[in-house]
Amino acid sequence: MLYNEPSPLEVKILTRRFGLENSQSLDTYLATDGFAGFRKALDMTPDQVIDEVKASNLRGRGGAGFPAGMKWGFVPRDSPKPKYIVVNADEGEPGTCKDRVLMENDPHQLIEGMLIAARAVGAQAGYIYIRGEYRYIIDIMDRAIAEEYERGYLGRNILGSGMDFDVYTHTGAGSYECGEESALLESLEGKRGQPRIRPPFPAVAGAFQCPTVLNNVETFCAVPAIFRDGAAAFADLGPPRNGGTRLFALSGHINKPGVYELPMGFNLLRMIQEVGGGIRGGGKLKAVIPGGSSCPVLRAEECDLSMDFDSVAKAGSMLGSGGVIVMDETTDMVKLAVRIMQFYQHESCGWCVPCREGTLWLEKVLTRVDNGGGRPSDINLIDELARNMLGRTFCPLGDAAAMPTISLVQKFRDEFEERLPKSVPAGDPRLVVVG
Amino acid sequence: MADLVTLTIDDRTVTAAPGTLVINAARAAGIEIPAFCYYDGLTLQAACRMCLVEVERMPKLQTACTLPVAEGMIVQTESPKVVEARKSMLEFLLTNHPLDCPVCDKGGECELQDMVFRYGAGESRFTEIKHHVDEKQFSPVVFFDAPRCILCYRCVRICDEGMGVGALGVINRGAVTEIGPNMGDHLVCDECGMCIDICPVGALTSGAYRYKTRPWEMEHIGTICAHCSNGCKTTLGVRNDRIIRGNNRDRSGINGEFLCIKGRYAFDFTDHPERLQSPLMRKGGELEPVSWAEALAAVARRFLEVKERGGRLGVIGSNRTTNEENYFLQKFVRQGLGSNNIDHHRTGDVAALISALAGTTGALASTADLYSAKAVLVIAGDLAQQQPLLSFQIRANYRHHGCRVYVVTPGPVREDKYAAKSVRAATGEELAAVEGLRDELRKESELVILFGDAVRGEAVRRLVALGDSFGIPVKYVCLVDYSNSRGAADMGLFPDLLPGYEPAQTPGMTMPEMLAAEDLEALWVVGANPLKAAQLGSQYAFVVVQDLFLTETARRADVVLPAASAYEKTGTVTNVCGEVQRLKRAIGVMGAKPDLEIFGLLSKEMKINAGLWHPDRVFDEIRRSVRGYNVPLPVLATGGAAPAVPLNGHIPLEARPDLIRSANDTLFTSGSLGRYSKSLNSVMEAPGGLYRG
Ligand SMILES: Cc1cc2nc3c(=O)[nH]c(=O)nc-3n(C[C@H](O)[C@H](O)[C@H](O)COP(=O)(O)O)c2cc1C
Ligand code: SF4
Ligand code: SF4
Ligand code: SF4
Ligand code: FES
Repeated sequence: MLYNEPSPLEVKILTRRFGLENSQSLDTYLATDGFAGFRKALDMTPDQVIDEVKASNLRGRGGAGFPAGMKWGFVPRDSPKPKYIVVNADEGEPGTCKDRVLMENDPHQLIEGMLIAARAVGAQAGYIYIRGEYRYIIDIMDRAIAEEYERGYLGRNILGSGMDFDVYTHTGAGSYECGEESALLESLEGKRGQPRIRPPFPAVAGAFQCPTVLNNVETFCAVPAIFRDGAAAFADLGPPRNGGTRLFALSGHINKPGVYELPMGFNLLRMIQEVGGGIRGGGKLKAVIPGGSSCPVLRAEECDLSMDFDSVAKAGSMLGSGGVIVMDETTDMVKLAVRIMQFYQHESCGWCVPCREGTLWLEKVLTRVDNGGGRPSDINLIDELARNMLGRTFCPLGDAAAMPTISLVQKFRDEFEERLPKSVPAGDPRLVVVG
Repeated sequence: MADLVTLTIDDRTVTAAPGTLVINAARAAGIEIPAFCYYDGLTLQAACRMCLVEVERMPKLQTACTLPVAEGMIVQTESPKVVEARKSMLEFLLTNHPLDCPVCDKGGECELQDMVFRYGAGESRFTEIKHHVDEKQFSPVVFFDAPRCILCYRCVRICDEGMGVGALGVINRGAVTEIGPNMGDHLVCDECGMCIDICPVGALTSGAYRYKTRPWEMEHIGTICAHCSNGCKTTLGVRNDRIIRGNNRDRSGINGEFLCIKGRYAFDFTDHPERLQSPLMRKGGELEPVSWAEALAAVARRFLEVKERGGRLGVIGSNRTTNEENYFLQKFVRQGLGSNNIDHHRTGDVAALISALAGTTGALASTADLYSAKAVLVIAGDLAQQQPLLSFQIRANYRHHGCRVYVVTPGPVREDKYAAKSVRAATGEELAAVEGLRDELRKESELVILFGDAVRGEAVRRLVALGDSFGIPVKYVCLVDYSNSRGAADMGLFPDLLPGYEPAQTPGMTMPEMLAAEDLEALWVVGANPLKAAQLGSQYAFVVVQDLFLTETARRADVVLPAASAYEKTGTVTNVCGEVQRLKRAIGVMGAKPDLEIFGLLSKEMKINAGLWHPDRVFDEIRRSVRGYNVPLPVLATGGAAPAVPLNGHIPLEARPDLIRSANDTLFTSGSLGRYSKSLNSVMEAPGGLYRG
């Protein structure tokens, strides 16, 4: 199902089958070049497959943007242990809803991507870890998997190649943290969803302590096109070191929110104006979170920006998961800070001290400020607490909570100050107990 | 070993083996990096973030507890950035902490308190309402106060990894994460209290100790546990001549950090209300309190009469009295009363093992060997139930060194979980089963064999022959039951063996013979309860019992002399591995006397010269005259365990397998003594794996 009108500015590579009749069926998939990439990969050596992915400049779409080919290359293929392919379909980042449409509209593309990865590292089994709320997508994937087994695209001796590969879906249970790759693996193994100490990284010791390729749904979905059309064609779609297209999930105060596939490096302002149809009600842009709630906020004047990993990083934020949250001038930045912190407080797994205690404390102080009960020292306190978390937590969730907070206080400090009570109680403010 | 790595920590050059964690490399160099979640020997967590250090060329602070050393690494452990980070971690930790130090059991020995003192953050900027959770009782001996918990997960790991129990887990998430029993609302576990001891704060508290006192109001006396043969060091907290706590404060004993429920809680028999505090004498058919003088005079008179008449007198010694007491008793009986009718409840065939090992040296395993041996074979013993420390050692060996464990038992045991091979063999068929493991065992580079009472007499000799045939170094442990079972054997509480396993000229009566003899004129029972399961054959025997309680045997006595327990006297005991350790007197119980003093007073009363009855003097004599007991005194004096090296030669003894019988105690029983421990009685049946051999 499509949730928004496509935009004429889109470059449809991963979404090319969206809108086709029966786009979920294997027949449709096969009729539209399905498995062309995999067939090519079957004729290549594993090293050639990995080199092809490297040459495509495909970078991880889950958030960190790590080069996918490099990651695959870290897998010790001569290890006697079984190797696994794991798809991160936990899609928990607020503002992000692209993996959902990819699986919903073209499930076979994801499985083909997994098969090519399996070919590259010699894996015989793969897991798709799908967030529990996507119940219906689990059904879609299960149906697609069953269809492929029936037609010999999964199972033993696939397409007569001698290659064996099994795919299983696995349900998450509502934890954002289980999207973090090592927590995902713990959860997949049936344990508490909390991250692991790294190194070792999943490539070396992933699922069941075996070498594992773990990527985001969109990352895998990009792989068939790389083999079908060639790595160079894919790389050329974007600026240097940022190959291909990206599914941007535009949300917020724009006229046409939706998921749009645009080339890497698409200008953010253009994206808002031309793809998203501009700010609702002809309003004025105030700020954008460019890659999901974990990313530092950008002020309107910072938004004339090429949307690729490196440029956004240079601008002090992150391309993240491609969830572009657009805010107009009616947006209350203090409330935004509260809402973001509520999310991270709720989702902190509790394993490490700074995140577990820091998010709770920050949520309380931010709420107090928002409710008009703040103290002058609170703004610095918020900033300091967030900085005390930053870079010191066990996994990046702590950073994800700290970074937007720090940027909001830094860029919109005046709004926080305005929210403080006008008359400060006499005496030591610390003696005022606020419940 | 690979080349050492050289690095710099706080401007000091440090060398360490590759793979060493920075926290340990620093510790070895005398630099302490604060840590809550890191704990030696347990898996890494990196959760508390206290150990963050600055490493040159690494942008973020690093956790020293997970970071391996690297050549040329430059580490700062007290830089302003590090100190500031540590302070902020403490501030975070204290946000939801109740700060009820003034009433907390841990106050004064709390790691969180110490850290806050060191790094500040004592004044909180957190003025919100704290998250409160009511205290919970997990078991009769384990309580949990969630708000004090800093979630270091030490308790979870010691229970799972250390004990092999896994009763504790983590529930909820985020700021409301809690430690909780995996079985819902209560622990199904060994009730060892290891979780309480390892908790850096006062979150887990002991049912026996909580809210009773403050640590600094107690005197802390390190002595040896009164219960099983493993010989753990337990530190008794004493206030006003009462034992309030048992724990393992300094981890200096052979047991390191380990204690089972008995060593930690079952000191409470000492002030049980039924404790005997006055001698009793049968008058008009009833046992009545009398003075020590009257009781001793009566016993002396009757013993002398029997001796002069040449009547039959039997003596049953104890598995729990000290080496000094056992030695003095047998000397008293042999030289003073002129009889070899002395025996004790034999719980394992130590003598047969020593005899079978004639001509070899170093074939008796130490407690430490169990932690380092490449392979271990357990025959007919449920270690987790009956030899808790040995079980812990072997488990730690498996976890840390990948020791290969083989099990031959009649029923399932805890070791099955990680054993290289577990074989079920009915009693009597153990050796055939070991024979079946021959091919695997001979591939090992070394082996320690532990065997229970099912292997006795001739079977011990056959086992040793089998061990010899493997062609690898093999060491043995003959499993015995109680705190000085081994010492009772070594000190000659046998009718046919003198101290050091020297053969006696004319063997006396065995324990069953004494109990059965219809013409027995006197029976002297010291710290034993033979009439619990047997009838006394002689109708008219004059029975003298030295004990803490009015046991089945004491009830049949004509004179009962109240004895002091192991916690109320000094002396030495020898554990299952033959390690000699010293008891330190923790308390005194009014009216009771140490058995040695009772023997001494009796000898004086009877004008028998069996030597001075001061423990140090008797031990001097033991060191001079008993094979293998010439142990270095400084080792004992400093709380160490000195291995006794027994006779290396054949012992001409008649194999009497019928006399060997373990009491098959469980983790929650301890012979007759255990019945008088409130804490042992409070816990439910011991979990899992128990069989009756
Ligand atoms: C708190 C947290 C949540 C995350 N959630 C997701 C997620 O829902 N989906 C996802 O693909 N990656 C998520 N990630 C990123 C993954 O850890 C991992 O980097 C990614 O799945 C790797 O795939 P990629 O290289 O294809 O991006 C999350 C990371 C963190 C720290
Ligand atoms: S930063 Fe720490 S508490 Fe937060 S989610 Fe990661 S491991 Fe859990
Ligand atoms: S109860 Fe104690 S040992 Fe267990 S996690 Fe909490 S603080 Fe750590
Ligand atoms: S293992 Fe034995 S010696 Fe150690 S504490 Fe338990 S009963 Fe005492
Ligand atoms: S000791 Fe290193 S994080 Fe806890």
